[in-house]
Amino acid sequence: MRELFASEISECVARLCMEANTRLSSDVEAALRFSCENENWPAAKGILSDLCENLDIARSTGLPICQDTGLVTVFIEFGQDVHVTGGDFESAVNEGVRRGYAEGHLRKSVVSDPLERVNTGDNTPACIDLRMVPGEHVKITVSPKGAGSENMCRVKMLTPAAGEQGVRDFVLESVKDAGGNPCPPVVVGVGIGGGFDSVARLARRALLRELTSENPVERYAKMERELLYAINATGIGPQGLGGKTTALAVLIEAAPTHIAMLPCAVCICCHADRHATEVL
Amino acid sequence: MEAIRLTVPCAGDNILTLRAGDRVLLSGTVYTARDAAHRRMVELIERGEPLPFELSGAAIYYCGPAPAPPGRVIGSAGPTTSYRMDSYAPLLIARGLRVMIGKGRRSRPVLDAMHEYGAVYLAATGGAGALLASCITDCELIAWPELGAEAVRRLTVRDMPLTVAADAMLGDLYESGPAAYLAARDA
Repeated sequence: MRELFASEISECVARLCMEANTRLSSDVEAALRFSCENENWPAAKGILSDLCENLDIARSTGLPICQDTGLVTVFIEFGQDVHVTGGDFESAVNEGVRRGYAEGHLRKSVVSDPLERVNTGDNTPACIDLRMVPGEHVKITVSPKGAGSENMCRVKMLTPAAGEQGVRDFVLESVKDAGGNPCPPVVVGVGIGGGFDSVARLARRALLRELTSENPVERYAKMERELLYAINATGIGPQGLGGKTTALAVLIEAAPTHIAMLPCAVCICCHADRHATEVL
Repeated sequence: MEAIRLTVPCAGDNILTLRAGDRVLLSGTVYTARDAAHRRMVELIERGEPLPFELSGAAIYYCGPAPAPPGRVIGSAGPTTSYRMDSYAPLLIARGLRVMIGKGRRSRPVLDAMHEYGAVYLAATGGAGALLASCITDCELIAWPELGAEAVRRLTVRDMPLTVAADAMLGDLYESGPAAYLAARDA
């Protein structure tokens, strides 16, 4: 049994909040820069070039990439042979968010009640996505996500009869309806299967994958490639103002489901698919 | 295409010639206001009470900036998605608002109000908050500090790079932009 101080978790989460908001992971940054080189519609290329310059400014000044530093989801793989001491686990995670958002001069965007809408002032509480795994390690990924893209996410309970075509249609329709709102070029996480709650989690987790990765199942890998092509053929373009770069990647995750169900979730993320990871 | 220089607040006539797709470099005074501030402004108008700033000829930036680190005027300050302000915008336009800055398409009632009263909607690049912050030379919180990022701030901007997304003649770049790209691609 390994002992882990709650304060170590807080410090780690604080560091990751600041890192995730000021620097994109190398695969996301590379995809954005590649799309800029590859775009031939002048207005679209101008926007992509501004987004690349924005990454440079964020890196050199320490300013967040986007002022919407999001609602934070903290993904945790928690080794079952680890014991937390000196405080409780959930408070430690939120203390890390509190500290990271204060020290990093990040925007506090959380309201305490969805209808009363009073700002909590410290960007807590975070959403916590916890998985118990074998071992003595704790892997923490902090992923802030802004409201512009989050408000465009959807879940639909399709029927088994709708099948693969139903899933493809729903994904494409969701991206088209979102238009310029989620700040394209977008990254599209797709969950297929599970239940109403778990399908959304599948789609959200898909956004943590390397953008160049493919689903290991060829059927889904093929859907990823073909949906990416179809989305980029819509002409929506960067910011929804026209061009060939509407999405940087489509990432599908599938899970077992019920005989009568075909849940599908589309988690649309802006070009700033932000996440940072450390292993304790 | 040469960018058009525009100064705000503005008398009105110069924005009527702007067309969807024009590039603009905006200078002058703009006020930040988003969801919560819009609700409060509309409530003040309905009660016949004064607003925190003069609406006539004004420019509103749909923006909730990140806090300013030490030594800086403001933190990252890009646009938020505009459609959430669509239910409030027609009343503000009728009361003198002339320039809105945000991102994403507007509803038909907003475009109609822009046409009726002569207003323009300018798009800033969403997600370029660090870049846009460099165009802001002054920032002063003028109302509702308890709203945090959503408080109303008076910003002084210089050569802020924007695109006319919707004009006073019902031109809408969210329609015409992708259509023009697709027509060129398929030609």
